[in-house]
Amino acid sequence: MSVLLSATCVVPAAGAVLTAALPAGSTEARRTTTKYVALGVSAVTLVLAAVVALRFDPHGARYQLTESYSWIRSFGITFSLGVDGIGAVLALLTAVLVPVVMLASWHDADPAPAAPGTGPDPDTFEGRRRTQGFFALILAVEAMVVVSFYALDVFVFYVFFEAMLIPMYFLIGGFGDRAGGPESARQRSYAAVKFLLYNLLGGLVMLAAVIGLYVIAQDQGFGTFDLPGLTSAIADGRLRLSGTAENVLFLGFFFAFAVKAPLWPLHTWLPNAMGEATAGTAVLITAVVDKVGTFAMLRFCLGLFPDASKTFAPAILVLSVIGILYGALLAVGQKDIKRLVAYASISHFGFIIMGVFALTSQGQSGATLYMVNHGLSTAAWMLVAGFLISRRGSRLIADYGGVQKTAPVLAGTFLIGSLATLSLPGLAPFVSEFLVLVGTFTRYPAIGIVATFGIVLAALYALLLYQRTMTGPVKEGVREMPDLRARELAVVAPLVALTILLGVYPKPLTDLVNPSVNATLSQVHETDPAPAHPVAATSGGEQK
Amino acid sequence: MSATAVLAAAGGNTASIPAPHIEYGQLSPMLVVFGAAVAGVLVEAFVPRRLRHWTQVSLALVALIGAFVAVVVLAAQGHGSPRIDLLAMDSVALDGPALFLQGVILLVAVVAVLTYAERRLEPRAGGLPADAFAAQAAATPGGEQERAAVRAGFTTSEVFPLTMFAVGGMLLFPAANDLLTMFVALEVFSLPLYLLCALARRRRLLSQEAAVKYFLLGAFASAFFLFGTALLYGYAGSVKLGDIADVISGKAMTTAAQLSTTQSDALLLTGLAVLAVGLLFKVGAVPFHSWTPDVYQGAPTPVTGFMASATKVAAFGAFLRLFYVAFPGLRLDWRPVMWGVAILTMVVGAVLAVTQQDVKRLLAYSSIAHAGFILTGVIAVNKQGLSSVLFYLLAYSFVTLGAFAVVTLVRDSKGEATHLSSWAGLGRRSPLVAAVFALFLLAFAGIPLTSGFTGKFAVFQAAAAGGATPLVVVGVLSSAVAAFFYIRVIVLMFFSDPKPGGPTVAIPSAFTATAIGLGVLVTLVLGVLPQYFLDLASKASLFAY
Repeated sequence: MSVLLSATCVVPAAGAVLTAALPAGSTEARRTTTKYVALGVSAVTLVLAAVVALRFDPHGARYQLTESYSWIRSFGITFSLGVDGIGAVLALLTAVLVPVVMLASWHDADPAPAAPGTGPDPDTFEGRRRTQGFFALILAVEAMVVVSFYALDVFVFYVFFEAMLIPMYFLIGGFGDRAGGPESARQRSYAAVKFLLYNLLGGLVMLAAVIGLYVIAQDQGFGTFDLPGLTSAIADGRLRLSGTAENVLFLGFFFAFAVKAPLWPLHTWLPNAMGEATAGTAVLITAVVDKVGTFAMLRFCLGLFPDASKTFAPAILVLSVIGILYGALLAVGQKDIKRLVAYASISHFGFIIMGVFALTSQGQSGATLYMVNHGLSTAAWMLVAGFLISRRGSRLIADYGGVQKTAPVLAGTFLIGSLATLSLPGLAPFVSEFLVLVGTFTRYPAIGIVATFGIVLAALYALLLYQRTMTGPVKEGVREMPDLRARELAVVAPLVALTILLGVYPKPLTDLVNPSVNATLSQVHETDPAPAHPVAATSGGEQK
Repeated sequence: MSATAVLAAAGGNTASIPAPHIEYGQLSPMLVVFGAAVAGVLVEAFVPRRLRHWTQVSLALVALIGAFVAVVVLAAQGHGSPRIDLLAMDSVALDGPALFLQGVILLVAVVAVLTYAERRLEPRAGGLPADAFAAQAAATPGGEQERAAVRAGFTTSEVFPLTMFAVGGMLLFPAANDLLTMFVALEVFSLPLYLLCALARRRRLLSQEAAVKYFLLGAFASAFFLFGTALLYGYAGSVKLGDIADVISGKAMTTAAQLSTTQSDALLLTGLAVLAVGLLFKVGAVPFHSWTPDVYQGAPTPVTGFMASATKVAAFGAFLRLFYVAFPGLRLDWRPVMWGVAILTMVVGAVLAVTQQDVKRLLAYSSIAHAGFILTGVIAVNKQGLSSVLFYLLAYSFVTLGAFAVVTLVRDSKGEATHLSSWAGLGRRSPLVAAVFALFLLAFAGIPLTSGFTGKFAVFQAAAAGGATPLVVVGVLSSAVAAFFYIRVIVLMFFSDPKPGGPTVAIPSAFTATAIGLGVLVTLVLGVLPQYFLDLASKASLFAY
């Protein structure tokens, strides 16, 4: 039994404990040590996650590198891990983004300058421990997210899916924009509570469904939470869920994932959380933690409840299309840069969920790629926006103008992020968005057509944002703006490089993902609809 | 013991009643605790004042740990599981649930005594260290006599023997195999608790008010319990739980049942209902919960912690025994009512907690909500239900003790600062204490990897397996409401700015520190590696019958 997967989970977890335990101190040297230790741990995690992705054989077994440890026998819970292509890719994305986020947030957790009322006094306990706390929390989130991507036990997944809320909550509530005063502290704690309550409610509903699934399975002799075991038993009819039970359980699971993802109309926590958190935390929310939601839809909703997934797919598609358009429209109207990015993300999540529930292979591999590409492009966009905001001390779009004259590199990278967001061909998001739209169109042409308007709106909000902030006359306060520093370039460079690389040559990614997607699709007893040429059109209506 | 006295007195009149056979070895946990309680009274009488505190603390700790060792030895000898005995003329059961709950109660009592023994938090009075209890309980609050007692440095070290009596009663309560023994045990543990509630050093009036309320309502509840016992005796002709079950199931017919079946059904159902009222009062279930917030708030905080955890363990133990041993045949009659009570308890506890402004009242309402969660497990009436309730009680009691122990640390010049607004920014000044309290709150909220989650999962799973899916749904929704107010406190502690002149966190002695440390340890171990304890609870879940 290989311990590669557990090592990938344990390293960041141990790193979180280590970072938190490092000697406290308000001196610059102490803080720098902390940061390098955390960064080092995340780099080791990246190497491990990359090894996992390389060792994964796309043509091999469905789940590979499996490990299993006894945990709570009374409830049939084993701590079992294993990867499929989707999990391997998303864990790798997480491992790539965490060091980038750390580097981008290098000074976010430093004690505030002396100005009164802006933050903790560097001499208090909190002031001295702040840096350790911030980086330890990031590593804790990383560990929990990676476990969620690797978990092959429904209960283990649930536990870490829920538990990651706690470090995330402290990241949002405890470390916000330096810009605001006491008012922003209130806003921030509101955002943190809203985030936690929404997700906790989703999680508790899922808990009820998890218990329900276990009880039904136990009645039929499957006293286990083992995902491969349960899915195969459901697939070949050894484990029977009545229609109502399956629908109710599906909704219970789906509700939790839809809150996390987030799907319209359960999205309202996201703009608050992303607006008030630091840019780095916002990236963790939208590019890392939220991906667990969409990933879980693919793995758990489709795998465990194939019939219910088919039953509810049209309704979910309608919601996701509403989300695409609603998110994009609200993004156009935003005055606050970070909230604009948040609404754009809601629109993108609509695309991902649409791809998952179109139940076609293009749709689902598109959705998986979309998760990766959205993670990379939004991270680039958001982090550059964060650098911009930290320079001017304001999140309002109206406070900027003409940045490209004073900070051309910053403006240039921001432009690439914007173009990636609007899915310019040649950049990575284009491939996935195209696949999702094609995959949806082959089965639900009307929904595919409506969703296409989302692309038009994306061009509107992304380019308008660029135009208002970067072009035009140089505004007061932007005049002295410095360009990107070396550290900031190191943050943006890998993201931009990957966005371009995967836009031109997505094959390595699709090769890794496609077999897993097809396996997922076959669980739902679903095949791609026949191509719509005239001969097949008569039989095309019969979609098995 | 009580049964012994009754029978011994009866033995004087008629020679035909044989002397009762008492299994001293198997009753040793209770005997040790009661013996220590009596010895504690003698200590009060004969040991010089300055030595009393330490004598009492050591006596109590040694006795409790000794009794716990006795429980472990009994379990290791195979008592409880697989051996099941009825002791002392069938009035006390020695079975798995009894031993498990006795072990929990003894551990809880050890931790509680540690918090009682704390003397570093209060400022010294009369040149001597002071604890959380009144200098002289009988003195009028605020009067000259009280001031004199404080100046003289008096302390109420009677709290230790009182607690030991209460612990003894609690040990007997879940083990009692007939209704009369159960009633006696109820009184033995309730009366000392009424007194203990009145003994707070600060806010004497509030404390005395709490005691009077608790006493009056508790006396009502006891009367209900006794009335129910009488009715059931009228129905079955016996107070033994097993006999009652036999009569209900028709295996044995006794006088009243033979006379008229219709009349006896009325006796049976009324008796059951009235008995249940008495017990529901003790566990603090809605609609018999209204004493909880006042009493929890007024009582000295170490006593509140003890009461909130140990009373609940003992009362739920008796509850389980009654409904699993005596009345399983009436499941169809009592289950719908208990459904209603459980739903009301969860919802009312969670919703009312949202509006609370005082930490102790908040924990009181949270304990009501938790009683509702435990009831969902009780209602399952299967082996899983029994073992999950046992586990939940273990998990819950240590979180509760730890949380109240933390409350004793947050103080201002007027004593404990229990108003929530004064907890603002605590996490900024004392991150460790705030983090520990946050851990307890997260466990109350049932966040995974804490004991609260494992317990909640166990009872909900048992309830779902027992066909009570709607209860699980209500439970999950009220958990979400409950999470709101736990999180509100965490927000207050970590994300609000501290008030100038707010409370400080006192540095406790090793006693309270140990108590809190044990709470943290149990919370994490039961959350992360619960298998051993789940096995233990599952092994213990077979009643003597």
